[in-house]
Amino acid sequence: MRPDLDYIERWISNGSHVLDLGCGDGSLLALLRQRKQVTGYGMEIDTQNILSCVRQGVDVIHQDLNEGLDDIDDQSFDTVIMTQSLQQTHKPDRIVEDMLRIGKQAIVTFPNFGHWTVRSYLALHGRMPVSENLPYTWYDTPNIHFFTFRDFEVLCRERNIKILERTVVDRNHQANWKISLMPNLMGEIALYHITR
Amino acid sequence: MPTDIPADSVGLIQPQSAFFEDALPLRCGRSLSNYTLVYETYGTLNADASNAILICHALSGHHHAAGYNSIEDRKPGWWDACIGPGKAIDTNRYFVVSLNNLGGCHGSTGPMSQDPETGRPYGPDFPIIAVRDWVKSQARLADRLGIDCWHAVIGGSLGGMQALRWSIDYPDRLKGCAVIASAPKLSAQNIAFNEVARQAIVSDPDFHQGRYFDHDTRPKRGLMLARMLGHITYLSDSSMREKFGRDLRTGKLNFNFDADFEVESYLRYQGENFSDQFDANTYLLMTKALDYFDPAGDHDGDLARCLSQAHCRFLVASFSTDWRFAPERSEELVRALTRARRQVSYLEIDAPQGHDAFLFPIPEYVALIEGFLGSLANGGTA
Repeated sequence: MRPDLDYIERWISNGSHVLDLGCGDGSLLALLRQRKQVTGYGMEIDTQNILSCVRQGVDVIHQDLNEGLDDIDDQSFDTVIMTQSLQQTHKPDRIVEDMLRIGKQAIVTFPNFGHWTVRSYLALHGRMPVSENLPYTWYDTPNIHFFTFRDFEVLCRERNIKILERTVVDRNHQANWKISLMPNLMGEIALYHITR
Repeated sequence: MPTDIPADSVGLIQPQSAFFEDALPLRCGRSLSNYTLVYETYGTLNADASNAILICHALSGHHHAAGYNSIEDRKPGWWDACIGPGKAIDTNRYFVVSLNNLGGCHGSTGPMSQDPETGRPYGPDFPIIAVRDWVKSQARLADRLGIDCWHAVIGGSLGGMQALRWSIDYPDRLKGCAVIASAPKLSAQNIAFNEVARQAIVSDPDFHQGRYFDHDTRPKRGLMLARMLGHITYLSDSSMREKFGRDLRTGKLNFNFDADFEVESYLRYQGENFSDQFDANTYLLMTKALDYFDPAGDHDGDLARCLSQAHCRFLVASFSTDWRFAPERSEELVRALTRARRQVSYLEIDAPQGHDAFLFPIPEYVALIEGFLGSLANGGTA
């Protein structure tokens, strides 16, 4: 099981109604349903992922998140989750705003473009970083909006979004002292629990 | 004429019929004092009757959904591509029931049947049947077959509307509901197409106010036009282009009003064929059932409130090139279901065939139905 799901689970209360944006194969929802008796849906664009959700009995709605979440009523979910997809959306700020419009709380996780390996790759090679964690070349990457933890926190401040909790981990979803000392330099993945 | 019946076919099937003596009160205010339903079954009902699947047919469908009625049959049932051993609706696992709806012209009580009150065929006097009436009659058939709760009720197009109606009217009698290439109600454009089809039929001089049998005739031309029009709406622009393009029948333009293009002769053939097999009064009735369907109507137009009565899990599927019931129409339904916090999954399947796609064994579509039915069996509910 993906370790980040463990972190997310702690932030979800029992029996809540959740929406998982870009839910992939449905593993998070399946886990939350089993351990936290949540209700709710995943949203996903990839047909094979949708099929694997359906096979597990995870409710999933076929939806392109870039087309917006306008059809969903305000405050109709307890928690709206988005793991590792925000950097792939056309308008990340709008998505975050929408998540907090339709959900009372939101959980966002994303890769940190401020990690030291990324910074040094760009500085040394003068080329867009390619690594195990960011394996794409600039022209075929699904990650179209790179940002750092600090960037995200500035956005939250500007939009009056309250950060309830933050966890910063490495690519294996482990926290360590270096990360807690210099999260924006040493952390690879951040998990934010936010609200209005 | 299949020289050999394919291994993944349900094989030779005998239609059965059930006679119901209890009157069926109808939405229109009238009632049928008694009626017959013709149906077929595929697969075996298990000991606790928990593996039954009901197939609801669309506008021109009938009970013969899979297999062959005779070794001479040229083609198998209308949904043979998806029903059979190892197919999307796997008859090794499920007991599948498919019936001809009331008002039909394939054996169930309809306009061609004898009105017990007059001793003559009902013809145009057959009461207008609503989707909820069909569902009520299907529930009585379920009683007769010893099925308390369907594993799933499945339908495409008008069949999807019946599945949806099941979830509202008999919430405890189905575990799953698959609404495919359908809509929660018809749009003005949908109704307009139906009206043109009806006008084509009633304005045929052979229609005789629906009493054509008294005149030893049938409104063949009207029915043919209705079907030609309908058929265009079942195909996509791209599938017609792919199939016919601007191909000419004789290789040249003939400068007369005969069919020059392949697409013309195809439509004529389809219309002609259909008008030989289908009853005009049934066609009129079926289009009315479509037009009237609007379950939210009983709830001030609030579909979410209407659907909050349902308990089953829903599968909604649409096809990218379907413009008769476009994906947006399925999304309306999905929106209402999520608003009502019902369990629902939705997939828009990329398919070139238009509305007709729901009849094809498109791999993602097959996997979707199979996966949904399987997850119901595993008790995959929250």
